[in-house]
Amino acid sequence: MSSSFKQGIHPRYKEELTWQKPLQKAQIPEKVIIPLQQHIGAPCSPLVQKGDKVQKGQKIGDTEGFVSAPVHASISGQVKEIKEIRLPTGERGQAAVIESENCRAKESLEQLKIPFDPESAAPEEIRSIIREAGITGMGGAMFPTHVKLNIPENKDIEYFILNGAECEPYLTVDERVMMEWTEEIIQGMKYIMSALKVKKGIVAIEDNKQEAIKIFRDIAADEEQIEVKVFKTKYPQGGERMLIKAALDREVPEGGLPLDVGVVVNNVLTAASVCRALKEGMPLIERPVCVTGEALEEPGNYIARIGTPIKDLIEQAGGFKSKPGKVIVGGPMMGVAQPDLEAPLIKGSSGILALPRDLVEVSAPLSCIRCARCVDACPMHLMPTKLMNFVKEDMIEKAEAMKLESCIECGCCSYVCPSRIPLVHYFRLGKAELQARKRDKDE
Amino acid sequence: MNNNDLDHLLVESSPHIKDEDSVKKIMWTVNLALVPAVVFAIFHFGFRTIGIVSVSILGAVLTEYIFLYFREQENSLLDGSAVLTGLLLALTLPPGFPLWGVFLGSFVAIALGKQVFGGLGHNPFNPALVGRAFLLAAYPVLMTTWEIEGMTSATPLNLMKMEGIATDYWQLFMGNIGGSLGETSSAALLLGAAILIYKGYLNWRIPCGMIGTVLLTTAVFGSDPLFHLFSGSLILGAFFMATDMVTSPVTKKGRWIFGTGAGLIVVIIRLWGGYPEGVMYGILLMNTTVPLLDRYTRPRVLGEER
Ligand code: SF4
Ligand code: SF4
Repeated sequence: MSSSFKQGIHPRYKEELTWQKPLQKAQIPEKVIIPLQQHIGAPCSPLVQKGDKVQKGQKIGDTEGFVSAPVHASISGQVKEIKEIRLPTGERGQAAVIESENCRAKESLEQLKIPFDPESAAPEEIRSIIREAGITGMGGAMFPTHVKLNIPENKDIEYFILNGAECEPYLTVDERVMMEWTEEIIQGMKYIMSALKVKKGIVAIEDNKQEAIKIFRDIAADEEQIEVKVFKTKYPQGGERMLIKAALDREVPEGGLPLDVGVVVNNVLTAASVCRALKEGMPLIERPVCVTGEALEEPGNYIARIGTPIKDLIEQAGGFKSKPGKVIVGGPMMGVAQPDLEAPLIKGSSGILALPRDLVEVSAPLSCIRCARCVDACPMHLMPTKLMNFVKEDMIEKAEAMKLESCIECGCCSYVCPSRIPLVHYFRLGKAELQARKRDKDE
Repeated sequence: MNNNDLDHLLVESSPHIKDEDSVKKIMWTVNLALVPAVVFAIFHFGFRTIGIVSVSILGAVLTEYIFLYFREQENSLLDGSAVLTGLLLALTLPPGFPLWGVFLGSFVAIALGKQVFGGLGHNPFNPALVGRAFLLAAYPVLMTTWEIEGMTSATPLNLMKMEGIATDYWQLFMGNIGGSLGETSSAALLLGAAILIYKGYLNWRIPCGMIGTVLLTTAVFGSDPLFHLFSGSLILGAFFMATDMVTSPVTKKGRWIFGTGAGLIVVIIRLWGGYPEGVMYGILLMNTTVPLLDRYTRPRVLGEER
């Protein structure tokens, strides 16, 4: 029996578009745009200037701030400019534009220096390399991994969960990576577990990924500290709070973190990157990305350099088959719709999704008919219809009392709403408003 | 890649995919689920049924149109909700009810039961029951005359209350009895309800709570539970009116309490009240408690202290 959390939704997964397509190297772009902030926390300052020559793997941005991760050149070439761009997340930020001078020449990688044997390294040594490699969460949130693995003195970590429960419809990179890079993932998982000094590791996989389950079960059979757990295919099974509830029946407290209940969760891709960094000295300069959607000629799973413009990746996938109605970076449930194709691929971009016009529904929201579908779907057990009314009527304190801040913006409520009310949108506005008020109070 | 292709990229907040169920689809499916009951009523009470059902729906839709016209929302006319109100009202009326009265009832249902509060989603009471309550208050005799084409047939609840005569279960279940258009055949109603529960359009907790309470309490007080289940409008009310989304609680616990409360009121009225039937009052009274129920049955948020 696969276990699960309560509530949630069963969208149409559309994984058939790409799940059988092996990972394939995308063409190396002639120009990359490397944002200096690809993580939650302090932005990096540039370490290079216009006109500088850079080598693939060279660190080009860093900062003293602890919650931060450096960025690296993903191709060899020349820095053309440093300018403000629109990030795929919709925010704006500085980015270094690098153009390759001779793109067919073989590029050599500037490796990370690893002055110790990774197999017997101390936790802080492992963390320092993870930081130098610029590794962040690669499932979307982009929280710096070395910070996540730095556990405060007063907390005890009992479990590490490797998150292979890719739950966004359409996206299949996690699944492909689990099938093709199994060794690296397990190795990365071991490094992370030794950095955390934990003995119990859980590989969490959804039950629609039967091949990946088989491969991991085979490997885990020889590993005493690693257990494979299979979960129901349901959205948002890959959400940290849902996963911890399903795997261990523990609830991350309101406003708290997984480490408050003795757990750290990392995505499978993050684990693979940790392995690459420690074993091969490879900084995070490329990532697998699922380029998919019914509007594309050749949907597939590609390994692409960080900073590759979205339009290059769309071309890589054969270009548009029909007029696109929406292009999204991320998945269909939590991804961000793009006004154009100029933004670059960043560390947290797991998918590029092009939906044809006929799948993009434009309909004006109707009144709430109190059908309670949103209440029954919310994996956090909130009451979206009530929260929406409070936010709409500017009764933000009431929304706060009903736990607006616990909303994980998973989109289940908006997905099921028969009146097509953009509930999550209201919650984003409401949360921003609450934060603004709290800041005002502090000052 | 042609750049014009990108002129109309839609930028909106996530999620970018939506479930297929819309208000329209849900409302029309509920209407369809009542068709077996209507067909049975035609079969049982004759073609008068068609007149009552049509006039009731027509009255409801016309009234809705007038309000929507002034609110410039005419395109929600066909969302199916006004038709549903008309249909439900028709099913609560006696087969011999005059057509002008039917029209008046459906006008009141939509105008006073729904639109004065701001339309779909804003009304505190079930509109069809508001229409019925009005007719019962205004024309008590017509509303309790179960006479058609010279044949009087008292309802089983009346027979029981006034004369102490019980009716055969099988007749009750199949609907071979006197009563309102939609209260006679439990079989036809349950068929429709089963479809809706399967599709997830009908919340089973409310009818379970309501019917369960009626069965239990009537048994405790020495009355016949099965008789109470299949007679009167308990099944129509519990499955199709108490479950009206707009006027019932949104939490699971709230739905249980709502159903149980409505069931208790039904039993109190049926066993000790002045009227033979209490389903309408049970539901209308519980409608008033919905805001409170929603407020005090908020589920514990994941991670919130117990
Ligand atoms: S977006 Fe927020 S309110 Fe909506 S279902 Fe997810 S957690 Fe619940
Ligand atoms: S799903 Fe939409 S219509 Fe239904 S209760 Fe929630 S907000 Fe209202």
